Amino acid sequence: MVGIASYGAYIPLYRMPRIEIAKAWGIAPQGKGERSVANFDEDSLTMAVGSAIDCLRGIDRSKVDGFYFATTTSPYAEKMVSTIGATALDLGRDTRTLDFTNSLRAGTGALIAAVDAVKAGSLKNILVTGSDTRMAKTQGDMEQTFGDGAAALVVGSTDVAVEIVDSVSISNEMIDVWRPSSEPYVQAWEDRFCFDVGYSKLIPEAASALLKKHKLGPKDFARVVISGPNVRRQQGMGKTLGLAPEQFKDSILPLVGNTGTALPLMMLVEALEDAKAGDNILVLSYSNGCDAILLKVTENIEKIRNRSGIKGQLASKKDLPSYQKYLNFRGLVPKAPAARPDRNPAAAVAMWRHAKDHLALYGSKCTACGTQQYPPQRVCVKCHTKDQRERVRLSDKKLSIFTYTQDNLADCIDPPAVVGVIEFEGGGRAAFDMTDRDPSEVKVGMNVEFTFRKLYFNRGIHNYFWKIRPVR
Amino acid sequence: MGGSIKDRVAIIGMGCTKFGERWDASAEDLIVEAAYEAYEDAGIDPKDINAAWVGTLWGLTGMSASKPLKLNYIPITRVENGCATGSEAVRNAAYSIAAGINDIVLAIGFEKLKDQGYSGLDLPFTASGGGLMDDAAGIAPTTTAPAMFAVMATKYFERYGLSPDEGKRMLARVSYKSHKNGALNPKAHFQKEITIEQAMNAPMISWPLGLFDCCGVSDGAAAAILVSADKAKDFRKDPMYLKALQISIGGENRLRDDYDYTHIEEIYRCGIAAYKEAGVTKPREEIGMAEVHDCFSITEAVFMEDLQFSPRGKVREDIESGFFDLDGGLPVQPDGGLKCFGHPIGATGIRMLYEMYAQLQGRAGKRQINNPKLGLTSNLGGEPPGCCISTFLVGGKLG
Repeated sequence: MVGIASYGAYIPLYRMPRIEIAKAWGIAPQGKGERSVANFDEDSLTMAVGSAIDCLRGIDRSKVDGFYFATTTSPYAEKMVSTIGATALDLGRDTRTLDFTNSLRAGTGALIAAVDAVKAGSLKNILVTGSDTRMAKTQGDMEQTFGDGAAALVVGSTDVAVEIVDSVSISNEMIDVWRPSSEPYVQAWEDRFCFDVGYSKLIPEAASALLKKHKLGPKDFARVVISGPNVRRQQGMGKTLGLAPEQFKDSILPLVGNTGTALPLMMLVEALEDAKAGDNILVLSYSNGCDAILLKVTENIEKIRNRSGIKGQLASKKDLPSYQKYLNFRGLVPKAPAARPDRNPAAAVAMWRHAKDHLALYGSKCTACGTQQYPPQRVCVKCHTKDQRERVRLSDKKLSIFTYTQDNLADCIDPPAVVGVIEFEGGGRAAFDMTDRDPSEVKVGMNVEFTFRKLYFNRGIHNYFWKIRPVR
Repeated sequence: MGGSIKDRVAIIGMGCTKFGERWDASAEDLIVEAAYEAYEDAGIDPKDINAAWVGTLWGLTGMSASKPLKLNYIPITRVENGCATGSEAVRNAAYSIAAGINDIVLAIGFEKLKDQGYSGLDLPFTASGGGLMDDAAGIAPTTTAPAMFAVMATKYFERYGLSPDEGKRMLARVSYKSHKNGALNPKAHFQKEITIEQAMNAPMISWPLGLFDCCGVSDGAAAAILVSADKAKDFRKDPMYLKALQISIGGENRLRDDYDYTHIEEIYRCGIAAYKEAGVTKPREEIGMAEVHDCFSITEAVFMEDLQFSPRGKVREDIESGFFDLDGGLPVQPDGGLKCFGHPIGATGIRMLYEMYAQLQGRAGKRQINNPKLGLTSNLGGEPPGCCISTFLVGGKLG
């Protein structure tokens, strides 16, 4: 049996009510609810890593031999990004990494490709992530309906919690929603054309092909995941397919937004959180055609309940203080430069030299005296023996703040720059930038955790590292 | 064993420019200004100089000094020890005399910071925690000079149970005192008194440090002429004798989880070594005045404890009782300190000595301390924990 052995999700901490965007511009709100907003230091890769960390709870990372990263908003147009994610997640060098991109179906496409690879016996456990931070021009519908988020699934053949029974894919060439590689903003053709010719035709076509093959009807499904651009279209499709509202209920579109490539996977994670053994689940993922995937839940589902998942991530949130913060986070308005020197660009050589230590956040532990230290030291900080050490991954350690400052002078997109000197569980001390924080809540002694973020972008290079945040 | 510098080397001439925003002066102008004041003060001709040490954070070889001063074909070395660079120039110059190699040596330090286009300090190295991390990969946390020291203030408040108001009031009193002294110093960058309320309510720079908790970023240069102690009286009747020249550089405190962030071990160790070298047993009583590295108000407070002027955790009492005021038991920063005299990095350690020199000679004008005898300077480079401290003791008499 091949299927999903684990799931995880990531939703940025910040949410913005749609009415706030409408009010900012004096335009009509696009429905109720809110959208998620990635912090300035988040992107599709960092969110994918966030969802993967959730998904890998209790899973031996050395067993993962594939990492697929699906997005339409890759930080690089040329350069593999899944390698950064796989390194950050401390997966082995023999991991097959692959980026799936350019389509909102890239997430379900990666999932189907993972199933095929496991069925073929070439890989055993593939971590599939879908993530997007799509950009919309201001004042349009998409600015309100889009959201940022990620989901992760482990596809394997042992401890399968959800069997992936079969899938059908239909390819359909049309220009309905697109983004040229030279531009940051998503575009769309006239709404009526997009739906009458595309969405409303292709989804029923793929669904009925799959259902007919398995002699199933709409009533045979506990949940049907229907991707769509907004709540109204998703709900309309549910009715078209003859489903009861309970079957296609969804929190992502109303409370997070259209998360693009991640959307069908996030919706699936939410469905799995409510699923019980024996449930049939149908996933319908739309974009230039449709992927229809048939899943069947097994009793192992009960063993992977300790994820933050969609429910946990939805509950862990903060309202973005203002619409201007969103404009600032996304770089949509010119910002006066800080009166500080430019930061030195990162050297690719040094990034390569330290890739494992930096991206997977390794410290060292002295094998002579047992002292854990960060960054890794050749000469032990305690007993001064040389090169008697083993590497220790610190990215998943418990942390607390020993002291901190909140700096208004530093060049920071969202000042003050909060820097915490933290203590690692097991020993060691270091200073890290703090993110997703309310400055008034920062205290000596508070518990924090690591989160993978982008430090800065300079000379075309994204520099990723770990920051600390209040425990979510 | 000839392991002590005490009474072996003397300073017979000093110069110091006005510190501040010297828009019209180039680095070359500042160097010439300080050096020629020192030559004149020592009564020497530039051609009498055998060797020189020049301190600056930015520069290329000893040519930083040889070119503007036309000191040709003599050994000149550029030194760098972060913000303690000036002290290092003096230490090297003094040792070359003690070794019997040179007779008359120039130590000069300078910095031209105000061409950079912004307030605050640029750092020529990536701020990676004092080079403990290979930071060409650019992963060091966002940091500025005030942030590096603000973490000590946060911890000091927490450890000793000071409310934010109490803690900030203590720090404000430090700056209040330095501004009072700086107002009496015509060469100081800032010559205006402030109130404690002004300091407490000033714009926040790096919590809990506000604007008046931070020293000036200044242009300036300072110079000293050194000779052996036994020849000093040939040049002037009132030379300043070096009693101790100590330096302590930390290697690992940043990484250790037993470091408390409320003291700087290097200051403490350097102080002990300097007291031993000079034969001081009761620093609080024996030292008559001090210029310490008050880059931030919290730094000065911590210095007072680490130099054993105040008991651990009790500096607040001494600060608030006025013990470190110009008319107090142990005047600190009589010239205004980094806070008000300013901080042109390479010049600072020599500027501290310039005030000791003036005070010992009774030339400090309205700032004059009554018969100070023994003076202490302590200059900090880098970022605690794991910084570089130079602590010197000086006096007007041999023995």
